[in-house]
Amino acid sequence: MYRYVVKRVLFLIPTILGVVFIILLTMNFTPGDPARALLGESAPQADVDAMNHELGYDLPFTEKYVNYVKNMVVHQDFGVSYFTKQSVFDEVWPRYIVTIKLAFLGVFLAAALGIPLGIYAAVRQYSLWDTIPSLMAFLLAAVPAFVLGMVFLFYFSLKLNWLPSYGMDTWKNYVMPALAISIPPAAMNLRFTKSSMLESIRQDYVRTARAKGASERVVIWKHALKNALLPVITNIGLSLGSLIAGAVVAEKLFSIPGIGSLIVDRISYKDEPVIIAGTILIAICFTIVMLIVDLIYAWIDPRIRAKYARTKG
Amino acid sequence: METVAAVQFKKQSQTKEVWRRFRKSKGAVAGLLMLSVIVFLLVFADFIAPYAQATQQDLAIKLQGPSFGHILGTDAFGRDLFARIVHGGRTSLSIAVLATISSCILGSALGAIAGYFGGKVDSLIMRTLDIFMSIPDILFTMAVVFALGAGFINLLLALTLAYFTNYVRLVRSQVLNLAELDYVEAARAGGSGSTRIIITHILPNAMGVIIVNTTLNVAKIILYESTLSFLGLGMPPPAPEWGLLLADAREYMRVAPYLMFFPAMAIVLCATSVNLIGDGLRDALDPHLKS
Repeated sequence: MYRYVVKRVLFLIPTILGVVFIILLTMNFTPGDPARALLGESAPQADVDAMNHELGYDLPFTEKYVNYVKNMVVHQDFGVSYFTKQSVFDEVWPRYIVTIKLAFLGVFLAAALGIPLGIYAAVRQYSLWDTIPSLMAFLLAAVPAFVLGMVFLFYFSLKLNWLPSYGMDTWKNYVMPALAISIPPAAMNLRFTKSSMLESIRQDYVRTARAKGASERVVIWKHALKNALLPVITNIGLSLGSLIAGAVVAEKLFSIPGIGSLIVDRISYKDEPVIIAGTILIAICFTIVMLIVDLIYAWIDPRIRAKYARTKG
Repeated sequence: METVAAVQFKKQSQTKEVWRRFRKSKGAVAGLLMLSVIVFLLVFADFIAPYAQATQQDLAIKLQGPSFGHILGTDAFGRDLFARIVHGGRTSLSIAVLATISSCILGSALGAIAGYFGGKVDSLIMRTLDIFMSIPDILFTMAVVFALGAGFINLLLALTLAYFTNYVRLVRSQVLNLAELDYVEAARAGGSGSTRIIITHILPNAMGVIIVNTTLNVAKIILYESTLSFLGLGMPPPAPEWGLLLADAREYMRVAPYLMFFPAMAIVLCATSVNLIGDGLRDALDPHLKS
């Protein structure tokens, strides 16, 4: 287990380096240069060239990449925004926290809504507890988060006037965005938990447990659920991706000062450093979550534990 | 010659068998009907509602509710909402279908190579894939659209790069299972090359899983593409896209909620019908899953 953890944690480093590489490579296709963007259209060409040289823009791509990683790791320096001329890190970091908070709230809600309903739907298959939530989940799989958000805005803010439509001051502000982004992944969790649980219930070990006289509660919660949850955990980790997509849209829709709305706003200003830094920071968070999911998986699944225990020494 | 005829006969009966099972599912048939109506409207959009109605502004008739002249009403610039939805759907749906096909081809090819050759090729492809998958789709798509600019081809490229990863994993695992089977061994013993084995022996047997995944992916890309155009990252204006229609409707939510309602219904109906077909196909192609 220890060896697995070390190996998996060390794998973070090449992954993050690769992420930075792909993003910088993509951005390399952007027309225009940084000095022109910083100095403005009227600046003389000589100044622009001098500044581009100073910023290292005229270096080959590999050297630019190495410099970027060095600045990022050693100084937490992500460059200067073309738009506000401020340090990108200072600008991005507080918004990063907002987005992460929203996305994690979404992950939690999606699991809390989807998994219990999925378990119950499987245990009571073909009853109303199965058909109604399953039908809802099926229909909600076809509704993007931003449409849900708009429907919530329309009913809860405009019609009923229960919840504020913008800002981030009180807990009430979080209700609509968090629900809007967590319902689509909750529907996915429900479908996933249900099918995984149905498969688990039909296994021989569940029949064995019943045969030896275990109570229904023990059979479901201890024998069936423990095995059914493994694929569900992977699914929760993967759903963070769609939650981040949801968060970006929710930030735009509910005017939340997060990283997604920052990136979307800065796209029209061609503010490349902010977009690069925002993308990299979110991707790093994402890789860490995937790491945690993998570790939990290994911790729960005795097969993986056994594999690494055996190869030890 | 006899064997060819026999194979063809078998193929035909297999398709028939799948169709027979597909037809039995009410949901799948409803989805197919619904999608047929939608596709019909989109294909003959120019005859049903001319493109000019979707883009030409006429402020005299702005923000009118549904009526006989404009069955779904008009938007803030007096443009016919029905025409905008139909023409927007053309863009959205064709991007979704094309992006699904291109990501399927790219991903399946990489997955087949990784699974069949294994070893260093496999780990190179899979490690690169891990890195790709560590960047949330939406951010990567935004980066691609930012770097290359908005437009049909660039959007297609961005969506392909966001969705091909599914197919690599799927096809790789299929190939890993199938490459062990006797008939592949027999083909190899008969002197078939790797490319031939992959294309004629392995991929056709993985087709069922690929088809189901592809169908469900169309629905996902429809939703995803609408999200992008909602954020203003889709086609450049005045092209009416479903997401864009909703973004525009936001300002007029109070006075004209139908501007929000109809495009949202279009997205949901379209994605639901594709999902229904996908589920039906899954049950029809793999009866073991449904017990």
